[in-house]
Amino acid sequence: MAHENGNGNGNGTHPAAMAIPRAGFLKEERGRYGPIFPKTPANYGFTIIAKIKPGTEAEIRAYGKTLEDAVAATPDVLAPLQLHYLRWVLFDIKGDTYFLYQGIFDTDFDKYTEDAIALFSASGITTIFTKLEGFPEDWKTNAPAFVKFVRDHHHPSFLEYGEYPFVSAQEVKKALRMRQAFTDMLDESQ
Amino acid sequence: MARTLAPLELDDLQHFLVTRTPALAARYEFLSFENADAGRRWLAGMIDKIGTIASVGKSSPDARWVTVAFTHEGLRALGVDDAALATFPEEFREGLAARAELLGLTGHNGAEHWDAYLAAPAFHAMAILFARDAAERERSKQSHAEHLARVGGVRLLGALDLHALPPFGEPREHFGYLDRLTHVSIDGTNHSPTAGSLPAVKPGEFFIGYEDESGETPPPPQPEALTRNGSYLAYLRIQEHVGVFREFLKAHGGPTSDEQELLAAKLMGRWRSGAPLVLRPDKDDPALGKDLARTNDFDFAKMDPHGYGCPVGSHIRRMNPRDTGDNLNRHQLIRRGGTYGELLPPDAPDDGADRGIAAFMGCGSLIRQFEFVMSVWANNTSFKGQENSRDPIIGTQDGTLDMSIPKRPIRKKITGIPSFTTIRGGAYLFLPGIEGLRFLAGAAAAEAH
Repeated sequence: MAHENGNGNGNGTHPAAMAIPRAGFLKEERGRYGPIFPKTPANYGFTIIAKIKPGTEAEIRAYGKTLEDAVAATPDVLAPLQLHYLRWVLFDIKGDTYFLYQGIFDTDFDKYTEDAIALFSASGITTIFTKLEGFPEDWKTNAPAFVKFVRDHHHPSFLEYGEYPFVSAQEVKKALRMRQAFTDMLDESQ
Repeated sequence: MARTLAPLELDDLQHFLVTRTPALAARYEFLSFENADAGRRWLAGMIDKIGTIASVGKSSPDARWVTVAFTHEGLRALGVDDAALATFPEEFREGLAARAELLGLTGHNGAEHWDAYLAAPAFHAMAILFARDAAERERSKQSHAEHLARVGGVRLLGALDLHALPPFGEPREHFGYLDRLTHVSIDGTNHSPTAGSLPAVKPGEFFIGYEDESGETPPPPQPEALTRNGSYLAYLRIQEHVGVFREFLKAHGGPTSDEQELLAAKLMGRWRSGAPLVLRPDKDDPALGKDLARTNDFDFAKMDPHGYGCPVGSHIRRMNPRDTGDNLNRHQLIRRGGTYGELLPPDAPDDGADRGIAAFMGCGSLIRQFEFVMSVWANNTSFKGQENSRDPIIGTQDGTLDMSIPKRPIRKKITGIPSFTTIRGGAYLFLPGIEGLRFLAGAAAAEAH
């Protein structure tokens, strides 16, 4: 495994932390839609905070169930996003309700958004973002506007930590499959 | 919910991206308009020579095929105003040279080393001529030179002559690989997908004004009279270092030519004959290679998940991850072009001559199609679990990256992959439909909105 910041032993079992400057990156590197947010010990990810449209809270909460059902019915429905975790939170500030969307994933920031557009356009499960103020109406045909919304509402971390840094979900699942294979091998040897 | 797609306007679309013509020679001319009038006069004299999808192949026998396309600066030079230009996608307005770095085109591939005229604001248009043979190409070149002389005010900044490599009858590039094995299918054209190819995509993936794979019709850039039935082209001139390539095969493949051929196949994902490694992992099969009905009839996830046949980092697996990729219908490119320079004879030492491929990648969205393929697939150093590697054929290589070749019991890893290719130039162009060309040629371009 690459250890981008030189912090860690390279096999994914040595914890690592990365402090990140205010801009969200250590060195400015241009990507297709703007500056590239770096891979950290906690992999790629974003923290989006946006005000919801008034009166949509119940719909947003119901969407949690929609997604639960979609994943139960088709476990790989979100596979293109190469996710580790999603965390969705609703909270109030001074009478307004805000949506917090934290995702940790292995694909880069812009590709995640592009894949999300394709996924939500094609699957019929629309994006929860349509309930957020300022989200572009033409998101299906205007990827740059979708990406800009995500970038504008992203709050980069100033610290990210990984107990098993830089390890992809694919690697984690491979390790779990290998453990299972060893168990099977030991069972067969009895 | 099935909806009826708007029919493709085959008599307005330039043939370039749909009709693969039997050309054995070509010439690209890079042009600059001294003023709008000169550019319009030049264009007005060209339009009747440009074949549409409907017209190409109807006259017998066609011997030459003309295509014209414009840079952002070229549209401006012809009188398209700033308000209209601002509705074009940002990546097209910026141009390829300005975005080369973010696509991984750095170091020896960097735009600062490119053919100088391609990055200059004075580069306005390309006339792309495909010809049945070199003699026809020379006749057409002469005739275009006469047209330029008559019109006046249109300068030739540069030109590139191309020709197919011997032995003719099979398209091969300078490393010896059989080319043109994949075909993109579009709804509404007569090409059905061959076995193993992606299903036909909606026309909006390539042409402006049609529904695309999102199920929507993206709003066209303005004015629509200019952009309807248009497409974008990414142009790349790729020099091939044949001597470096052959030395590499000798140094890393093994003592026998069979072993060296296998290494050549591992880099590409196909034998030089075109036969895919997934179907023929151990031994070449030239008959299979050139049989278009069978040569794409394979996948990766089910047939070769670990890449024991076709390495995950090989060229074809990066350019078309098939069932291991996501949303492939949004990242399709139609490639057109040919080879330039003379074939380096087998066993001859590298003569230092410039030879390679000069190609166009056509699409409906440069950022979602061409730029995605370059940055997420070709030049991504961690593509699908690969470490420290890029596309061995067209990726930017500086001698510090590796190529991993899965093999039982343990993989073979070649460190320090050299540059087999160098990007010598590139540009983004807009390929209008015939009505779009008439709009540009008409004096109305400036006043139309």
